[in-house]
Amino acid sequence: MLRLLRQAPLSAKIGIAIVFLNIFAAIFAPIIAPYEETSIVGDVWEVFSGKFYLGTDHIGRDLFTRMMFGARNTIILAFITTFLSFLVGSTLGFIAAVKGSWTDNILSRIIDIIMAFPTLIFALMILSVMGSSVPTLIFTIAILDSTRVYRLSRAVAMDIEVMEFVEAARLRGEGLWWLMRHEILPNAMPPLMAEFGLRFCFVFLFIASLSFLGLGLQPPLADWGGMVRENAGAITFGIYTPLIPAGAIALLTVGVNLIVDWFLHLSSGLHE
Amino acid sequence: MKNVLILISKRSIASLLTLFIVSVIIFIGVELLPGDVAETVLGQSATPETVEAFRKELKLDLPPHTRYVAWLKGFVHGDFGNSLANGRPVFELIGWRLSNTLFLAFTTSLIAIPLAICLGMLAALYRNSLFDKFISITTLSFISFPEFFIAYILIAIFSVQLGIFPSLAVIEKHMSFGAKIYAILLPSLTLTCVVTAHMMRQTRAAIINVLASAYIEMAEIKGINRLRIIVHHAFPNSLSPVINVIAVNIAYLIVGVVIVEVVFVYPGLGQLLVDSVAKRDLPVVQASGLIFSFIFIFLNLAADVLSMLSNPKLRQSEI
Repeated sequence: MLRLLRQAPLSAKIGIAIVFLNIFAAIFAPIIAPYEETSIVGDVWEVFSGKFYLGTDHIGRDLFTRMMFGARNTIILAFITTFLSFLVGSTLGFIAAVKGSWTDNILSRIIDIIMAFPTLIFALMILSVMGSSVPTLIFTIAILDSTRVYRLSRAVAMDIEVMEFVEAARLRGEGLWWLMRHEILPNAMPPLMAEFGLRFCFVFLFIASLSFLGLGLQPPLADWGGMVRENAGAITFGIYTPLIPAGAIALLTVGVNLIVDWFLHLSSGLHE
Repeated sequence: MKNVLILISKRSIASLLTLFIVSVIIFIGVELLPGDVAETVLGQSATPETVEAFRKELKLDLPPHTRYVAWLKGFVHGDFGNSLANGRPVFELIGWRLSNTLFLAFTTSLIAIPLAICLGMLAALYRNSLFDKFISITTLSFISFPEFFIAYILIAIFSVQLGIFPSLAVIEKHMSFGAKIYAILLPSLTLTCVVTAHMMRQTRAAIINVLASAYIEMAEIKGINRLRIIVHHAFPNSLSPVINVIAVNIAYLIVGVVIVEVVFVYPGLGQLLVDSVAKRDLPVVQASGLIFSFIFIFLNLAADVLSMLSNPKLRQSEI
């Protein structure tokens, strides 16, 4: 594993460093951060200083503290959502591939219809009806995103499903769940892992966008998209505070993308 | 040709069906409200009498399917009901904003499509060169950046540092065409960055894919210069995926405008939708959601039909 890391190309190493930095910030936020998440400690939009490493935000909270807690809230939320999306999407995809016939048909048609909606519009409509809360947010995005996971896992499972070892297991009389867990899942893991990275990026950007629109995590909780929104007014005065959380979002997505690229490269066997 | 017609009509019917189901979902979505619209809007101060009266006014006392038919009928005739927030007809609110959104999307595609195709061809021509690598890294980062990040960077450069473009896209009905273009230049540039990145990568991939075929090698052996090979031999054959990706990206553009409109406070449909979601002004949300979905589904249909028409293989296949 370590050897593999050492051999990784520079781009992948940068990606890994970025992701680790973010995870570190997310885990140790309460320890690193000099102030409380929501406490007002200074003036409005103070500049960088030894007291406030990244200055202060629109009501005088320490931006560095908010960034740390923002990493925590945003990344955890995105991770849970992606995980849920994979749980739903790949389970349904595998079922569709193994069962085939009408189960596959019905599931695929339903997914087609959900995919015919523009994602952002669908999410906005659901949030307008249900109101914005963390569980609604997680479920809405997970369901919308699971359609993409479904497509991929169904396609991958279709390829595996025709292999002899699945046929053999089937003749042994193994049930649906056994087939999915012991035959399909282990073989579908590499493409699904790469997809997990990509979906995480997508979900992460999506949550950030919703928060930016004021419909994601609600204040006073810190999250990067919301912080861009709160501080947006500063930019017209030549204060670049909103670029910091926006840049952090961009940096993390680029980092994950770099790792995914490396992973795809590895699993395609091109490195030989 | 008959095959194509059958294929296209099948695809169109499927789209119509999807649109119908989408409209039902949008309609039912509102029905799922805990309590109903009347209680939500009137809030806690509502007495049973006012709720009852409000229900009558919104015709909530009729059975759902009757209301659905009435809603859809109104929609087709351009009557979207009244906004709950200010009582004005939704049609009035939407008309002008929809035209603004379409104007922004149209201007952007006029810049983005030729740019993406040219860059894609150049990247394919000089593939694996420094130029290609530079383009590929730039586009990859534009794809992974959130739209508002690009937007704020552009604002920071062009309106704060250089002071040549306004940071707010203010647009009025009586403005001249040139003034309008000037006002929407920054939002449109933001969208161009995002969309061009996607389209350019696909164009490059599609052309490189074709470059591997035997007739390209033949053309190379004949000594035709490389630019001519790409423009005359490779590009026409990669047209089908390219057209598809363009249409899909325009569909994305229509929806992607939401964020950019909010950043630049541009009076478009996306901004209206976001505002209405925050206010829970459901008739406006329903109407604008349906319009967005309609455009999105239509453009996706166009993408499929165009790629069927431009791909001889698809024309012959029996489905």
